[in-house]
Amino acid sequence: MVLDFSSNADYIWALLPEILLAIWAMGVLLAGVFTEDNDSDAPGDATTLGWLSLLGLLVVAAANGWVYGAVEGDGSPMIAMDGFRFFANWLLLAGAALTILLSFPYLTRQRLQIGEFYALVLLATLGMMFMASARNLILLFLAIETMSVAAYVLTAFNRRDRKASEAGLKYFLLGAFSSAFLLYGIALVYGGTGTVNLQEIGEAVARGGAFSPLVLGGMALLAIGFAFKVAAVPFHMWTPDVYEGAPTPATAFMSAAVKAASFIAFVRVFMEAFPALHDTWYPVVWWLAALTMIIPNLIALTQTNVKRMLAYSSVAHGGYLLVALAAANHMAMGALLFYLLIYSIMNIGALAVVMVVANHDEEALDLEDYAGFGWKQPVLATAFTVFLLSLAGFPGTAGFMAKIFILQGAVESQLWTLAIILALVTVLSYYYYLRVAWYMWMRPGSSEERHVRVWAPIPMRAGIVGVAALLIFLGIFPGGLLDGALDAVQGLAAGVPAAELVSGLPDSP
Amino acid sequence: MLVEALVLSAILFVVGTFGVLVRRNAIIMFLCIELMLNAVNLSFVAFSRFMGIEGQIYVFFVMTVAAAEAAVGLAIIISIFRHYETVNVNNFNLLKW
Repeated sequence: MVLDFSSNADYIWALLPEILLAIWAMGVLLAGVFTEDNDSDAPGDATTLGWLSLLGLLVVAAANGWVYGAVEGDGSPMIAMDGFRFFANWLLLAGAALTILLSFPYLTRQRLQIGEFYALVLLATLGMMFMASARNLILLFLAIETMSVAAYVLTAFNRRDRKASEAGLKYFLLGAFSSAFLLYGIALVYGGTGTVNLQEIGEAVARGGAFSPLVLGGMALLAIGFAFKVAAVPFHMWTPDVYEGAPTPATAFMSAAVKAASFIAFVRVFMEAFPALHDTWYPVVWWLAALTMIIPNLIALTQTNVKRMLAYSSVAHGGYLLVALAAANHMAMGALLFYLLIYSIMNIGALAVVMVVANHDEEALDLEDYAGFGWKQPVLATAFTVFLLSLAGFPGTAGFMAKIFILQGAVESQLWTLAIILALVTVLSYYYYLRVAWYMWMRPGSSEERHVRVWAPIPMRAGIVGVAALLIFLGIFPGGLLDGALDAVQGLAAGVPAAELVSGLPDSP
Repeated sequence: MLVEALVLSAILFVVGTFGVLVRRNAIIMFLCIELMLNAVNLSFVAFSRFMGIEGQIYVFFVMTVAAAEAAVGLAIIISIFRHYETVNVNNFNLLKW
């Protein structure tokens, strides 16, 4: 099937996954209205609507696979039809699906409005899918806002919880603040090049037909906006507070899928619109990457609240991903997609176990609360240990392979300093990840009854164990997935001037 | 003409940024963010004089987004006001800011 976007029907085919997801999200919202009994105070059951949402995500993923085969015709439409988009869509759908699967008991126990929660997750996913496909800066802005507005609501979703409201306000103010920077960047780039289409901007910039002060200023503002969205140091101040205060399923969703989508949009804008200016933006990304790797890892060492520790760890993982963006070659782009997928599933898995230990509440989040968990709940604790090892990047897990691929990409661009920083902070991070495992297995619990009974229904348990098994499997056989990711990013790094890559980039700016 | 409009837009944007960073009332901070968005709108309109009508169409998209953000943002501010009886962000200290 060839789509040349000469008729509007082509847009419908190209956007089939997004259209299906939008309709399904509305359906879930309606179903939620009709099934919820607002008068009773008894906890509702999240399972039915949860399975309905999961079915929708499965249908969308299948549609996504079907459209993957389509060939893009000539012209530069505002919707990308490349592998990068479709691989990213799968990754984001997987993140959303895992979030929904692992949140059944939490939503039930916290008596949250289930239909609205799942509809918001689906609508945020819709925004993310548009972020992955947008080749037009205005469409990209609308997509980012679709995702962000849904994420603000998810953060403040539990109205009875003071902390959630506070986190929601902080996220909203800083998110809207960063969107304004992003938008100003878009306006200046539009003024400098006369277009908002990423490919046309790229061509205008490459042939020098752009008015450069406006383009450079716009690029700087876009970089600030994206640095806020992906929580790069020094624009990360909001992250730990928001991740700690939000309901844990929303934290899992934000730290995995929202972050992945922001990275995907960041990469697409800078690789498609500004590859010719790589030597201008590369020092900025270099410093962002270095700071984002070092500082959160140091702060995480001192955290005793496990949810907050995972928030800092999530910021630190953003630093590893920025290394791939700084390297900007084919291998690094493939490694970035691989890393985003692995990171999403292991982070959601880890936060799911945090939900179980905290008894689907926001109380028992301290390190001490994990004492004795290991021997009372060996299956969940083993899975949690796998997640922690994988987050730390321990050999034999998928997290290790993901880091190796990023390192390989960095070395191909001869970023030796960043590669060394990455290796050193990884070793440093073993301490705070393994400390949780040590508390779990080596410390006796505060009482005999603690952790004997936990609420983890079969779907949740199966999801956690399945993710852990997948992480081990991909840690041993990463080849297939990496090949898929490398296929998907074919041509993405083509615009970066090749001469630089041959002679080697300056090692530090 | 273009330069004057762009300079005005930049000044408004900086005023908005400064307001978000300095003021501690959540509603004033939110108004400053709206000021930033409208400063950008002014740039779009100024550019569209030279580059065709698209710039003015983008302004409508931005206004729509700002309206959606206002709906969600004010709802969040109301929900936090019910807990704290204030909208001063210095008083929200459960999470280390």
